[in-house]
Amino acid sequence: MTEKLTVKKIIEGYNKKEFSVSEISGKYYKKIEEEDKKYNSFITLNSSFLKESEDSQAKYQANTNNLLEGVPIGVKDNILVKDILCTCASKILSNFVSPYNATVIDRLKSVGVNFIGKTNMDEFAMGSTTENSFYGATKNPVNVDYVPGGSSGGSASCVAAGFVPAALGSDTGGSVRQPASFCGIVGYKPSYGLLSRYGLVAYGSSLDQIGTLTNTCEDAAILVKYMKGVDRNDSTSSNINPLNIDDFKQIDLKNKKIGIIRETIGENTDKRISQLILETTKKFQKYGATVEEVTIPALEYSVSIYYIIAPAEASSNLARYDGIRYGLRTTKKDVDAKTIFTETRKDGFGEEVKKRILIGNFVLSSGYYDAYYKKAQKARILLSEQFRESFAKYDFLITPTSPVLPFKIGEGVNNPLALYVADLCTIPANLSGLPAVSIPVGKVDGLPVGMQIMAKRFDDGLLLGVGEFIQKNITDGDK
Amino acid sequence: MDKKPYPIIGLEVHIQLKTKTKAFCRCENKYGGIPNTRVCSRCLGMPGALPVVNKQVVDDAILAGLAFGCNISKITKFDRKNYMYPDLPKGYQISQYDKPICEEGFIEIKLDDGTKKKIGIIRIHIEEDAGKLIHLEDGTGNSYVDFNRCGTPLLEIVSKPDIASSDEAVKYLDNLKEIFQYLEISDCNMEEGSLRCDANISMMIPLEDGTEVNTPIVEVKNMNSFKNVKKALDYEEKRQIEEYYSTKAVNNGKNKVTRGWDDSKEVTVFQRTKEGESDYRYFPEPDLPHLEITNEMIGQQKVKLPELPEPKRVRLIKQYDITEYDAITLTSDKGLVNYFEELCKHTKFYKKACNVVLTDICAILNSKEISIKDFSINPANIAELVELLGSEKISSWMGKEVFEKMLKTGKKASEIVAESNISFTSDDELTTIIDKVLSENQKSIDDYKNGKDNALKFLMGQVMKLSKGKANPVKATELIIARIGAD
Repeated sequence: MTEKLTVKKIIEGYNKKEFSVSEISGKYYKKIEEEDKKYNSFITLNSSFLKESEDSQAKYQANTNNLLEGVPIGVKDNILVKDILCTCASKILSNFVSPYNATVIDRLKSVGVNFIGKTNMDEFAMGSTTENSFYGATKNPVNVDYVPGGSSGGSASCVAAGFVPAALGSDTGGSVRQPASFCGIVGYKPSYGLLSRYGLVAYGSSLDQIGTLTNTCEDAAILVKYMKGVDRNDSTSSNINPLNIDDFKQIDLKNKKIGIIRETIGENTDKRISQLILETTKKFQKYGATVEEVTIPALEYSVSIYYIIAPAEASSNLARYDGIRYGLRTTKKDVDAKTIFTETRKDGFGEEVKKRILIGNFVLSSGYYDAYYKKAQKARILLSEQFRESFAKYDFLITPTSPVLPFKIGEGVNNPLALYVADLCTIPANLSGLPAVSIPVGKVDGLPVGMQIMAKRFDDGLLLGVGEFIQKNITDGDK
Repeated sequence: MDKKPYPIIGLEVHIQLKTKTKAFCRCENKYGGIPNTRVCSRCLGMPGALPVVNKQVVDDAILAGLAFGCNISKITKFDRKNYMYPDLPKGYQISQYDKPICEEGFIEIKLDDGTKKKIGIIRIHIEEDAGKLIHLEDGTGNSYVDFNRCGTPLLEIVSKPDIASSDEAVKYLDNLKEIFQYLEISDCNMEEGSLRCDANISMMIPLEDGTEVNTPIVEVKNMNSFKNVKKALDYEEKRQIEEYYSTKAVNNGKNKVTRGWDDSKEVTVFQRTKEGESDYRYFPEPDLPHLEITNEMIGQQKVKLPELPEPKRVRLIKQYDITEYDAITLTSDKGLVNYFEELCKHTKFYKKACNVVLTDICAILNSKEISIKDFSINPANIAELVELLGSEKISSWMGKEVFEKMLKTGKKASEIVAESNISFTSDDELTTIIDKVLSENQKSIDDYKNGKDNALKFLMGQVMKLSKGKANPVKATELIIARIGAD
């Protein structure tokens, strides 16, 4: 009964009294307890979840329920939920209990959402396989020999496994969209600034956005409706209110101008994936859209730009994990501060995190700043300008979400560069602050393939509206 | 060759702003307190916490910029200065690197010969303070960290290397401190650390061939008073000259060193070379968007800009005909000079008014250790006293009595004079007293006639004693001289 329930259906079911919050929550919770051993999607379960669900049920009975009362969702373990562990899948925060709620958590709580648990991820959101976790790798529910993608692999996995109707993730270079693609669900990264980052543990602050993993674009719109909006705790949050979020409708493709980014369906992309994307977009024309190939030349620099800017910001953002105020401290008494720093960080951070901190410190150091960080910033501006030009002509841009099929577990460990390059399609949206969504468009060799749609900054509602249309009318039929 | 080595000095001053809340969070901004009580997720660098700029800090920085004649940037931004230290929770300090909020200003100082000199200011920027390490002698050998100070807003004021002596450095600091106090945005208290100063100093050494060489720049830290700034700079001048003659090392742009002032030994001590310095890996703070400084924001501060101390002194001397010394003393405290000017609205005896403020009132303030704003008598009532003094209705000796009674009773000067029968003795009575004094002090009369002026003072003292202080001194002096002369 919980299999592939959407947020929308759950709310309808509660209101029509088809099922109760306690019933739904109990089933989800039990399912996780019984089946998550296979996937390892959760790091921590919320011990008061069932109690909170009963409270929600009582509100339905008293007719004092909120708009999303009793909707259970999963939360990536880098988003703070007060009084619950927030580990970022890192040993260094393995004992860290959140002292406050992230803004998005506060906002969802205020409309009645309950949080079932904290999901597994790549440590500090660095990775694209959810193998870089202190708590062990997460597996892909579609095929447990494969990774679920990352870094929000736990969130994608728990939605794909039917443990929850939706989960929150975070997306710095594709960490919501790529796992959604690998697990065959919808992954949405909002425009930069649409959701507050307050209470999201920072990785690359100028790129990070909280996003959603759901079964439908409509569910993504429902969740973002209650999370969006300017937050005085985050100076980079925006007060722009996108169309078609508050009153969501699917938007048909009639007269829509759609560009397929040529650089993402070329020789570096699995031909079968390109084929699937082209077949899907061909069907758009039937609904009145014009579809053309478009080129964004600066796209080829995306991976290079990203792997300078994200580590640079990360090296600074992760400096606070020093063993002084909270988190792990492995040293005993009678050592100097420098020893506390080095021993704690040596022991507390995993290899990928250390690698990126080193890269970040290197590209920011005097003598290299101009050659790396400054140049990357310039290229980032160039890329954004090319997107702006493209969006003057096109309403939406299409790419595969990932140029490759899901990796086998362990496959990427010896080929880190291949993992980095596989971020090509998703990174540009982060670099330019654009909204993007990955929707499932079919399978190759039994493994899911996602298609990414990008839109102008703050056209989030139109993006999800079109995504919903495509899912309902084109891709769902192909499954 | 008569040219001597001379120093080139630049100062970097940090002042703490006394805003209600901290620079990037809403914690109370106050000195001291029980350790780690004025902290929150933001200033403790908790995961996920983000900074939010306190608008008051920006406004204060604009005000300071205007006071020092700076250009205010239309667009300013924040940067991260990265270094790890236990008292720095985030592992970086939010500062401003390449787009400071204020640039190109100056502070004017008055040299000993009376000429004025402008010391250039390169920039003023906003940054946040760190916490404090505490080494208790509790036998454990542990160090503790107090994060209360974390996030306290600072302005860093960087001067040009225009300062040519340790005296000029102290004058620059005196003026800077005075201006901040006038702006009422910082206490500039070096002991509490609300003003901190580092100095860069090198020497120009003339050579036989008429050219000059520049010694390596030394940054001197740890000076906790203006007096120590002077001592440290004087020490460095001598040390650098000696070092030059023994090593011949000159400034090559790379050999800057940092030395710390050791107050107990009165020497500077080597700390590190430039190579030993951290690479701060500055980069733009991604959590804070660029800040646009609008004309409106600048306009709002322009209106608030008070008359600054130096122009005020010039005006006071002219307007009230007081001495430069008195003007300097009055303006050393903004509250005091305001009190004086308020007082002068009620009386035209400006000099007397100035005397009462600087002697009688200041004595009370000093003995009670209070500031003028806590002084109990309002300027209008003091004006009554000044009027009585100025119109010679009472002597200065009586004035002190009246003043004391005003303090005690809170009554007006006129009331006290009426009640306590404070007035000069009548002419007849005065004559009687003088006759008595003269008849009993023939020796003093002889002394006076022999040219000993002190004798007259002694006689006057006797008159005052007998009259219980009520003799009009001017009249009494005249009468005594007349009597002695008549003999």
